[in-house]
Amino acid sequence: MGLQAGALAAGLGGAPAQAASGFPWQQVPGAPVRLTGEPSPFAPPLRRTLLQGYGAIAPGTGSSWTPLEQLRGTITPAYLHFERHHNGVPAIDPAHFNLVIHGLVNRPLAFDLETLHRYPMVTRQGFIECAGNSLPNSFPEPQAKPCGLIHGLISCSEWTGVPLGLLLEEAGVQAGAQWMLAEGADAASMSRSIPLYPRGDDMLLALYQNGEPLRPEQGYPWRLFLPGYEGNMNVKWLRRLKLSAGPTHTRDETSRYTDLLRDGRAEQFTFVMGVKSVITRPSGGMRLAARGFYELSGLAWSGSGRIACVEVSADGGASWTEAALQSPAQDRSFTLFSIPWHWDGSPARLQSRATDEQGNTQPTRAQWTQRYAPGQRYHYNAIQTWALDAGGNLSNVYA
Amino acid sequence: MSTPRLCTAALLLLCLGSAWAAGPGLGRVPSAEELAELDLSIAPDGRGLPPGSGDVAQGLALYQARCEACHGAGGQGKPADRLSGGLGSLASDKPVKTVNSYWPYATTLFDYIRRAMPLNAPRSLTDSEVYSLCAYLLALDGILAADARLDAASLAAVRMPNRDGFIDRSQER
Repeated sequence: MGLQAGALAAGLGGAPAQAASGFPWQQVPGAPVRLTGEPSPFAPPLRRTLLQGYGAIAPGTGSSWTPLEQLRGTITPAYLHFERHHNGVPAIDPAHFNLVIHGLVNRPLAFDLETLHRYPMVTRQGFIECAGNSLPNSFPEPQAKPCGLIHGLISCSEWTGVPLGLLLEEAGVQAGAQWMLAEGADAASMSRSIPLYPRGDDMLLALYQNGEPLRPEQGYPWRLFLPGYEGNMNVKWLRRLKLSAGPTHTRDETSRYTDLLRDGRAEQFTFVMGVKSVITRPSGGMRLAARGFYELSGLAWSGSGRIACVEVSADGGASWTEAALQSPAQDRSFTLFSIPWHWDGSPARLQSRATDEQGNTQPTRAQWTQRYAPGQRYHYNAIQTWALDAGGNLSNVYA
Repeated sequence: MSTPRLCTAALLLLCLGSAWAAGPGLGRVPSAEELAELDLSIAPDGRGLPPGSGDVAQGLALYQARCEACHGAGGQGKPADRLSGGLGSLASDKPVKTVNSYWPYATTLFDYIRRAMPLNAPRSLTDSEVYSLCAYLLALDGILAADARLDAASLAAVRMPNRDGFIDRSQER
């Protein structure tokens, strides 16, 4: 590099090489333009963490968790969006793929990718959250995990696609149709029943994520996007929608994603993801190097609407201070919050508590666990506590 | 409400003309054969159950060959889900959620096995094989007799122990 810089300098006027000033990369032409961008080799690599519950028996059955604590902003890069697959990612060639709408409709219809691109599209930002997100905190003992491995089954994107109402209207929804069965074209034929009401307005057949065509693991060529509803209903690789009078009671809405209560009954079709927040910086596994100023910042969201307020506590919930909401709070989307804080070197318990525009507020962990049967894992939205010790180390604890 | 309300964009288009003008109207009408081939789902009242039948003994042999490695002997689980037992445990301190203790409909069992099981070869079982597996699993907890045979009518007639154990929250906003 020094030789090149010297040659250039000499060519420009004969000045000696040692006269060149500035950083080394200011003394030579930079890398050429390229077809696709890559992260800097100097930035810490960003990776999801994989959980494959069945190991080698079924490597496609599992999840990958978004490293929330390493990201800042309201949009999750597509390559870091969490995944939860029930039997792997299918490789779908859209040249041989249709979405079919049938059942209680006046005329069954099939749509291919080329056809769908002629339909009006809309764009909206929103999160998708697995119903099992945050489940490590439902275990009896706190898990020593970073933020993203507790709460990272959520991501937030800008989704673009065809309003599902347009396609349903074209098929002609018959009187008496109240539900539709959405089936994916994966090896699990993942199937969910979705009510047409009260949220039919919001349903989107998404073809783009953050401006690019969906990636295979997010449902290429298309998926459902149902703002605020549990992730599993946002069926990827959507093969068909069958309109019906009632729900089908598929495995993933009976055996799975239902909520067993203390009295032995279970809540079913609990679609709306509860209000939740988490401090991402600082969070479990991190270390504060010195006393002094820190900005506590994190993410809040609700399946019921906009975030109205996030409060932060440094004393385990004994006292609360309202945090600033850093971005205009969008409906059923990530909302950033932050608050300046001075660490005096003593142990602390950091918490955040979100309230949405409907007045829903996060429960304490005790309140949440009282409501559900032992072993309940889904729809956990209780307040997260990060314990900070005198050495500056942060860890996941139960308040 | 008899049709879904539409999004704002669609409503604007609707105001300009007939409902069919809301979109370009380019959907293709699929053939009856196409629809029959793709419609595998089973309603809780049994609609959609195919012809065929299978009994408990056939189901046991098939279970041992195709299912037991993941679901354990007698459906006791590990590494995959436990399928049997747990009846009467749901309100206890140690609820055990299995097919037989928790699932509200036997139709779900047929539907799920047929389209998703086994994980390494989904859609590889015949309809009669699926009936036999359902018979075997349900007989493990006495929901069916030990010599039972299942077909479309008898599977639809099965009443699961936890049939009334669910509270519908689908209409919450």
